[in-house]
Amino acid sequence: MYEKNGEKYFVVDSHMHFWNAAPDNWVPGAEQYAKGWIECFHAYMSLAPQNTHWPLEKFMRYSEDDLMRDVFEDGYVDVAIFQPTYLKEWYKEGFNTTEQNATLGEKHPGMFVLNTRFDPRDGDAGLEELAHNVDRYGSKGVKLYTAEWNAGSRGYKLTDIAAYRYLEKAQELGIKNIHVHKGPTIWPLDKDAFDVSDVDHAATDFPELNFIVEHVGLPRIEDFCFMATQEPNVYAGLSVVIGGLMHARPRFFAKVMGELLFWVGEDKMTFGSDYGIWEPKWQVEGFVDWELPDDPEFADYPRLGVEGKKKILGLNAAKLYDLKVPDELQLKEATPAAQDDSKLVTS
Amino acid sequence: MPAVATERDRVLDALAAVRDPELDEPITTLGFVSTCVVSAAGDVVVRLRLPTYFCAPNFAFLMVADAYDVVSAVPAVRSVDVALEDHFAAAQINAGVAARAGFVASFDGEAAAELDELRRTFVAKAVLAGTDQVCRPLVASGIDPAGVARLAIADVPPSPELDRLLRRRAELGLPVGPDAPLLVDVGTGAAIAADAAARHLGLARLTRTGIEANTGICRGMLKHRYAESGAGEEESS
Repeated sequence: MYEKNGEKYFVVDSHMHFWNAAPDNWVPGAEQYAKGWIECFHAYMSLAPQNTHWPLEKFMRYSEDDLMRDVFEDGYVDVAIFQPTYLKEWYKEGFNTTEQNATLGEKHPGMFVLNTRFDPRDGDAGLEELAHNVDRYGSKGVKLYTAEWNAGSRGYKLTDIAAYRYLEKAQELGIKNIHVHKGPTIWPLDKDAFDVSDVDHAATDFPELNFIVEHVGLPRIEDFCFMATQEPNVYAGLSVVIGGLMHARPRFFAKVMGELLFWVGEDKMTFGSDYGIWEPKWQVEGFVDWELPDDPEFADYPRLGVEGKKKILGLNAAKLYDLKVPDELQLKEATPAAQDDSKLVTS
Repeated sequence: MPAVATERDRVLDALAAVRDPELDEPITTLGFVSTCVVSAAGDVVVRLRLPTYFCAPNFAFLMVADAYDVVSAVPAVRSVDVALEDHFAAAQINAGVAARAGFVASFDGEAAAELDELRRTFVAKAVLAGTDQVCRPLVASGIDPAGVARLAIADVPPSPELDRLLRRRAELGLPVGPDAPLLVDVGTGAAIAADAAARHLGLARLTRTGIEANTGICRGMLKHRYAESGAGEEESS
């Protein structure tokens, strides 16, 4: 919970990690990829305020104590949603698996939501693993990284027949939320791997599922926004937007936020710190203080008030994951409801 | 030796014509040229670098191939050695470009077509972003979107932004004459109707925002990865 100027914010970090990218976890022969991946992540950290940067060594493998302090004690987070990323072609035990997350989650009941993942190229065995994980960890969400390398393949699309089979299975198992993360390598390599049109199709064909597009489809914000206006079950995951732009590029941040508020709306945007890339503390504090610049260039964009910030920082994700929100942290009853957000605060 | 320096300037000028297809900005000003060396005899060595190890290989290939082509076309250049460094697909890209092999052959079995369609997709985005640059001042001056849709190219005051927009439109084969409409569909070249203009301008603004945000992140990542400025890089905010 974060409190500022008498307002209390329920904070759900809907996109965060607990990884091991240290050299002892690198797959022999794939060291350059394991190293390249974590160095790339570390470069993102450079976009945060200087006093929150970590040395690469710590960044490769931070401790449980680091996480609990940075996220919960210092970072104001009430509930954190673990998003696994396996990358087992590069990391022996996986970069950040459901099991690793669960070890921590089970020690701290009520503080974490344990999402799992699937890879449609894993065939029947992958379907069984998905069912096992949902049963074992109570997962209501999955994280999909479409550019993951798998046995010579450089990625997949949500519209692949195999992906639809997995989405059907996920839905049958009670999964509600599909977090999608686009990456650079996908077959065929001549196409734009960041294109989000496959999410568009899947969102139409699976109206019961919610599709949270992480880092708002960056680097394809325009395609994402255009899709999100047409698909009621598509959400904007703000991981990377706040972490990567709010401090380093404040004017671009304001423009991106303005566009998201304009096309997607404050009811469908969710905060995610992307920890350990960025600590939540400065992001939550900065976001609550943030306002669209009073400048003609930003005049077209909807304003974001306290209520909207409460939704984005926690209440929207709480709704997606059926999290219990204390009464005092709900929106005020008298708030005029835009669209369907009155349901959001009372459910 | 001044003569050698001049030749290097010519090579750098040539490289400035190579754009990152996504960001629509020269690879020189983006800082992607880490090395540009020209010997007295006209042997050129160019090294390129990108913000991350995993930047998309298709865009990387286009930049390396384009760099090779423009440097080769500089008069008095005897040999050209262009290579990408610190990238997961550098070996494939460099070998493919050096052999003039094309993208499909360079990524055997991993690509279905050459990159012309990809390039067109991003020039179309550049046209939209450029439309925002040109139209925003018009809207600010009091012309409503429907009014903007009624303007022809000749009605718009000359500016570097307009020149750039027209160059991008020409690349796509879209109309660029003085009588051509200012707002056109980037796919068909047809005029945008007055009642669709507000939405078109909204998409243009959004597209520009997306490209600028990407550029901001890419610059930040590159700066973290490499302390030294690139050859031909200008100071940027």
